Amino acid sequence: MSYSTLSSICEESESTGIPFWQLIERDDCRERQVSEDEVFETMRGMYHAMKAADRSYDPELRSASGMTGGEGAKIEAYRKSGHALLGDFLSEVIEKAVKMAESNACMHRIVAAPTAGSCGVIPAVLLAYEDFRGAEEDEIIKSLFVAAGIGEVLAETACIAGAQGGCQAEIGSAAAMAAGAVAFLEGGDNETVIHAAALAIKDLLGLTCDPVAGLVEVPCVKRNAAGAAVAMTAAELALAGVRSQIPPDEVVEAMDAVGSQIPACLRETAEGGLAVTPTAKRIQERLNQQSDME
Amino acid sequence: MNLFDIIGPVMVGPSSSHTAGAVKIGFVSRRLMGCDIRRAEILFYGSFRTTGRGHGTNLAVVAGLLGMHPDDDRIPHSLEYAKRAGMEVEFGNVELKDAHPNSVLLRLTGVDGKKLSIVGESVGGSLINIAEIDGLSANFTGDNPTLIAHNDDEPGHVAAVTSMLAAEHINIATMQLYRKSRGGTAVMVIETDQEITKEGLAWLRHMPGINKITYYSVADLGDTPADRMRREDEAAREQNGEVREAEKRRS
Repeated sequence: MSYSTLSSICEESESTGIPFWQLIERDDCRERQVSEDEVFETMRGMYHAMKAADRSYDPELRSASGMTGGEGAKIEAYRKSGHALLGDFLSEVIEKAVKMAESNACMHRIVAAPTAGSCGVIPAVLLAYEDFRGAEEDEIIKSLFVAAGIGEVLAETACIAGAQGGCQAEIGSAAAMAAGAVAFLEGGDNETVIHAAALAIKDLLGLTCDPVAGLVEVPCVKRNAAGAAVAMTAAELALAGVRSQIPPDEVVEAMDAVGSQIPACLRETAEGGLAVTPTAKRIQERLNQQSDME
Repeated sequence: MNLFDIIGPVMVGPSSSHTAGAVKIGFVSRRLMGCDIRRAEILFYGSFRTTGRGHGTNLAVVAGLLGMHPDDDRIPHSLEYAKRAGMEVEFGNVELKDAHPNSVLLRLTGVDGKKLSIVGESVGGSLINIAEIDGLSANFTGDNPTLIAHNDDEPGHVAAVTSMLAAEHINIATMQLYRKSRGGTAVMVIETDQEITKEGLAWLRHMPGINKITYYSVADLGDTPADRMRREDEAAREQNGEVREAEKRRS
């Protein structure tokens, strides 16, 4: 893509009067030689796939390892009991995030955004938002272009793979993208959008990728809920006028630097952190025995 | 990176490398075979071996061999579909030399009796690399038409192949050359923007000094077992629906 910094998107939007989301859409038109309508409809297809994945959640499903399944239904039941401290909206956000990440672990169809491991964050925030605010679907699609623009800058300048930059690269990127999308939907200007993204990244900077038995399950599934909550917090701060003291593009560069400073044992190798706790080792042992028996 | 690699792709989880990439390796291998597969020996190496079961890598490879794409919701049940399609499947482990951590060795037998051995690697995101075919280096992605020529290591063969491509107005996207030893066997791997014609391939196969031509086409190769079974299932569902409608009317 043509933009490697967030500020360059904002500057071009300023000088041309073209909205942030449309610059990202048109950039893809140029890249793939397709029409704006076609790109917009492809993005609508992604949103519909997210909706379908949310609807297809099955509380009975369990992952092959047995570590994942059924938790989303618990969160839903608690929300409906009227005890949820977070309020209806945020409680629904974390419920949807966990459900989507569980579906992914159980081999359901999802939309990687930006990765399969972080697939719960963006749809959780946007689907709950559409319900809560009664937003037009076209506005949600536009917000997905905003999210994609932020994601592309992160992929280009920092990284979006856990093996490369730890969990901050996956859940952190997803949270930044979702925060920017919500800031846009709530009428925030471009500066608000990129500060929402920056605040989210800062909250998750340095997060390790230490999955138990090397599987996209523990802690990944619940991190989707945390990432979605961070995204909402960051968006709300930015919309209230709070700004990141460190400019957004410098935050992205810091994320890249931190990513390469995270030791290899905490970058998806399952050789450190949660993955080497006694319980994780027992789980790993049990799974190894299962594999050997086959 | 493409916009729809950031929001997307739509895929069956849990892992882009261990699931989506593994489906692609199977899919590309079936295309290389050029016909349905009767028997597949699927041997895992590295991280595919240690975390493959939890990521459904075994199911993913089988799904790809049946002609399913990474977003096919039948992937978790691919073993049942393989049985239904009459594709025999056997899993195991293998030690590979200098292989990528996410590698699988496929020993395939086609319904026409043709045998093919392929080493596929899932190299990140859902990107893949076909590293070896029949024990010889290949290294291509499966995104473009690809010509693999094994020839004697002597002057003129590259010129012969590229002039055939020029005559057919085919643009080269990437090109790699290597050899095992001086004067021994050399390999050319050429990814192109257009498909190579049957006549062009036949001409190459008759060139002295060119020992083997393998061609990977991205053109529609027609029905896969996955396509056929989907149609059967849809027809069955429709019929069931009609029967139920008829029953409802009767009662």
